[in-house]
Amino acid sequence: MFSTAMSLSTAAVVAGGAVRPDAIRPADLRFCGLRREALGIRLLSASPQAAAAAKRKVLAAAATGNGAAGSGGFDYDLVIIGAGVGGHGAALHAVEKGLKTAIIEGDVVGGTCVNRGCVPSKALLAVSGRMRELQDEHHMKSLGLQVSSSGYDRQSVADHANNLASKIRSNLTNSMKSLGVDILTGFGTVVGKQKVRYGKVGFPDNEITARNIIIATGSVPFVPKGIEIDGKTVFTSDHALKLESVPDWIAIVGSGYIGLEFSDVYTALGSEVTFVEALDQLMPGFDPEIAKLAQRILINPRKIDYHTGVFASKITPAKNGKPVLIELIDAKTKEHKETLEVDAALIATGRAPFTKGLGLENMNVVTQRGFIPVDERMQVMDADGNAVPNLYCIGDANGKLMLAHAASAQGISVVEQISGKDNILNHLSIPAACFTHPEISMVGLTEPQAREQADQEGFEISVVKTSFKANTKALAENEGDGIAKMIYRPDTGEILGVHILGLHAADLIHEASNAIALGTRVQDIKLVVHAHPTLSEVLDELFKAAKVTGIPQAVSEPVAA
Amino acid sequence: MAGLLHLHSTLLPSASLLRQRGGGGAQAAAPRRRRACRVEAKIREIFMPALSSTMTEGKIVAWNASEGDRLSKGDPVVVVESDKADMDVETFHDGFLAAVLVPAGESAPVGSAIALLAESEEEIPLARSQAANLSSAAAASPPAPQETVAEESSPAPPPPPAPPAPVAVSAPAPPSPAAQGGARVVASPYAKKLAKELSVDLFSVTGSGPGGRVVAKDVEAAAASPQKASAAAPVAAARPDVPLGSTVPFTAMQGAVSKNMVESLAVPTFRVGYTITTDALDQLYKKIKSKGVTMTALLAKATAMALVQHPVVNSSCRDGQSFTYNSSINIAVAVAIDGGLITPVLQDADKLDIYTLSRKWKELVEKARAKQLQPQEYNSGTFTLSNLGMFGVDRFDAILPPGTGAIMAVGSSQPTVVGTEDGRIGMKNQMQVNVTADHRVIYGSDLAAFLQTLSKIIEDPKDLTF
Repeated sequence: MFSTAMSLSTAAVVAGGAVRPDAIRPADLRFCGLRREALGIRLLSASPQAAAAAKRKVLAAAATGNGAAGSGGFDYDLVIIGAGVGGHGAALHAVEKGLKTAIIEGDVVGGTCVNRGCVPSKALLAVSGRMRELQDEHHMKSLGLQVSSSGYDRQSVADHANNLASKIRSNLTNSMKSLGVDILTGFGTVVGKQKVRYGKVGFPDNEITARNIIIATGSVPFVPKGIEIDGKTVFTSDHALKLESVPDWIAIVGSGYIGLEFSDVYTALGSEVTFVEALDQLMPGFDPEIAKLAQRILINPRKIDYHTGVFASKITPAKNGKPVLIELIDAKTKEHKETLEVDAALIATGRAPFTKGLGLENMNVVTQRGFIPVDERMQVMDADGNAVPNLYCIGDANGKLMLAHAASAQGISVVEQISGKDNILNHLSIPAACFTHPEISMVGLTEPQAREQADQEGFEISVVKTSFKANTKALAENEGDGIAKMIYRPDTGEILGVHILGLHAADLIHEASNAIALGTRVQDIKLVVHAHPTLSEVLDELFKAAKVTGIPQAVSEPVAA
Repeated sequence: MAGLLHLHSTLLPSASLLRQRGGGGAQAAAPRRRRACRVEAKIREIFMPALSSTMTEGKIVAWNASEGDRLSKGDPVVVVESDKADMDVETFHDGFLAAVLVPAGESAPVGSAIALLAESEEEIPLARSQAANLSSAAAASPPAPQETVAEESSPAPPPPPAPPAPVAVSAPAPPSPAAQGGARVVASPYAKKLAKELSVDLFSVTGSGPGGRVVAKDVEAAAASPQKASAAAPVAAARPDVPLGSTVPFTAMQGAVSKNMVESLAVPTFRVGYTITTDALDQLYKKIKSKGVTMTALLAKATAMALVQHPVVNSSCRDGQSFTYNSSINIAVAVAIDGGLITPVLQDADKLDIYTLSRKWKELVEKARAKQLQPQEYNSGTFTLSNLGMFGVDRFDAILPPGTGAIMAVGSSQPTVVGTEDGRIGMKNQMQVNVTADHRVIYGSDLAAFLQTLSKIIEDPKDLTF
């Protein structure tokens, strides 16, 4: 059944998309060998029309096949525990591959990203971006615009975020339903090899078998010891996204991308913000140069101050007319440093994997700080370091790269493998973005990481930078703040990392991440054309500014699948 | 600064601003000089470079090195933001960063010293002491460095470390509710930022936020109040002991006044004048003068009573989007004190009787002279009076202190020939008042009605004494 489905799928693709790929292929072949490989990948997943056509045909096939029991005696080819973005991505790709797929969800479809993360926060950030513009009289004046006054209605803003989340949630649910993915309700537990039980907590009444299992249970906000959450004055991103209040003064514990995005929202809505960061520098995850510039653009001119190198050892919610109290201790000496009195505190200290009750003990799997250990193919490792057959874990639960799209990419990679095509995801090609105003985005290594690697492996690196100040489109928008920076190998032209801070940086990063994923070298990409005037020319300039000293290879080889 | 340049004149920069220091001659001469005299130790200045042909001033984005760090030639020592881009500026010499003269976030004109580089570690203290001498002149001096006048022998300019600037009171800060035990002050992030910008000492600000927290408007109020009587500034300015023809750096207070004056330009103001007959008021004044009543108190009282009927004139607009009807009527009255201005506030002037008000006023003036006013005694005004009548000024206009709604300039009362109601020519004492107001919240008709009320009160002043 499994192989039948495979061949059906392939046949469907060829039948459905026969005309276009075949017509293109010879032309592409003339350019370089790479194209063929790239096209091969595209054939299976990226060409939307072809893929859609394939899905439809596969579905028809699966529908007929569904009457018979599952493949090879299993109820399903693939069971995914957790219907977040990772599980959803895996499910869709599995259907495309002709796998009979079920997804188990104990809460709401969409997981953190859609319900309590990326999605509603983007709605709030859309509001904050506009508020910022409207409030910036200088900016408006320089464009010749006159705005008498700007204001907002908190509840309507909150509704916008909530509506967006429900809309995306139903989109996600519908997309899976329409493709024939079985959505099973309840908490899933792995009870044995290729066996899953699900149902209400404590009552896993239903048992199903699956050829392969993917755990995609995600994460929850991490709350350090000593912090008392009341959901009103001390809360996590889960509550903050509901925007039940806009405090006059809010402390944000943690200055990673979650904290940074919320600082953008709160300051735009009139709050003052105090960051509490345990490390010595704000925005520790970012390339230091980007972090420094971000501090100048996103922190210093705003109503924000900060304490670095301190832990919030104790946070007490406001009660009896007393404000929220935050005890700060020195991160190194643990000595008490000071007590903050604020109106609210947002805990944005990262996320903890949600992996309890998965029955991992049945499989001799021991979590590490809650994370499920996996190998580079996302196959779960047991306590003895051996891969557990047919059991995979993707997304925040394995902690490799806690981003929604990384989870989805890992899921797709797993589906590729179980469909018979070995696949290792290159995590260095996964872009990340922080949706402040302006945005920050990055892919690959930071400069210090690249330097370390260069030292270890004995190669040179070079860094080039371009400024948004020099970009016509950015200047037309009166948004010249920002830089783009690329770290690359001057000998081979390999792109090691790209970091952007500036208008629409999150959308701009994909040219770089695609180049890294496909192994495109600087000397090749610098020759491609960008429409003028567009923000994409910031990257164009970056590529053109790079100097490759080594002998350019006639045929560049993909470095990553 | 001139003094410092003199000390190591052989190390003066060449004309080129980018090449920061002198040539080989200096190098050769240096060791000998150092042996001869410690004072001539090799301490170099790091200058603000010209990063583009149009750059006149650069902002220090960040110092890559901190004081005491060893630097090698070519090390990026500072990041400078010019009109075009941010650039790393390298040092041209080995040495130790002895003293940073222009901290990150501040600007300096091209060619001015932004830091001192000591050749050896032993010279760091010397460089620091030079920096200390320098900072008073350098910090506040206007661009062109060659015009600086702070000569070595001239009396030291006002103490360099900026005191709680616009707050002309150097008396120990009163314990504000937010400064529990005096050890710390709870201030919101923006209040802190503003305080730094406006050089306001947070410990001297009374917080009005939740739990006595200092919030932005408290800082603004603290910064705005002392310069209220700006209209009277010319009086304070003409000091006979000023060395003519020289450029004198602003004192911290003058700097703050200047800043606030420029800030006041952001407020769209307009003026309405009125002529008020003061015969009755003058008579009343004569009658109760012996009881310690002053003209200032009478005017303040009359103004406060008029404000009761026109609350909008007693309001204030801070953000351009909303305004506040102030709950009390606090009349700030500008007083010129030695070297500056201060505005003692008659709080609740509408509620106090004229005798209490007069006593209060005397107290305030004495305190002001002794520089012992407490913050709430000079920064809580909601309406300002500036009276130059005693100098014979018949009319003038005042600049509106940011954060308040209106200020009234009062001229002298003078005998004037007028046409009387019964068609004859007569003599009356008349004074001109001129109100400057924030037109975002106070309109012409508001002021007109207020002035009409005020003139009625003054022309029939029986209510002033209850």
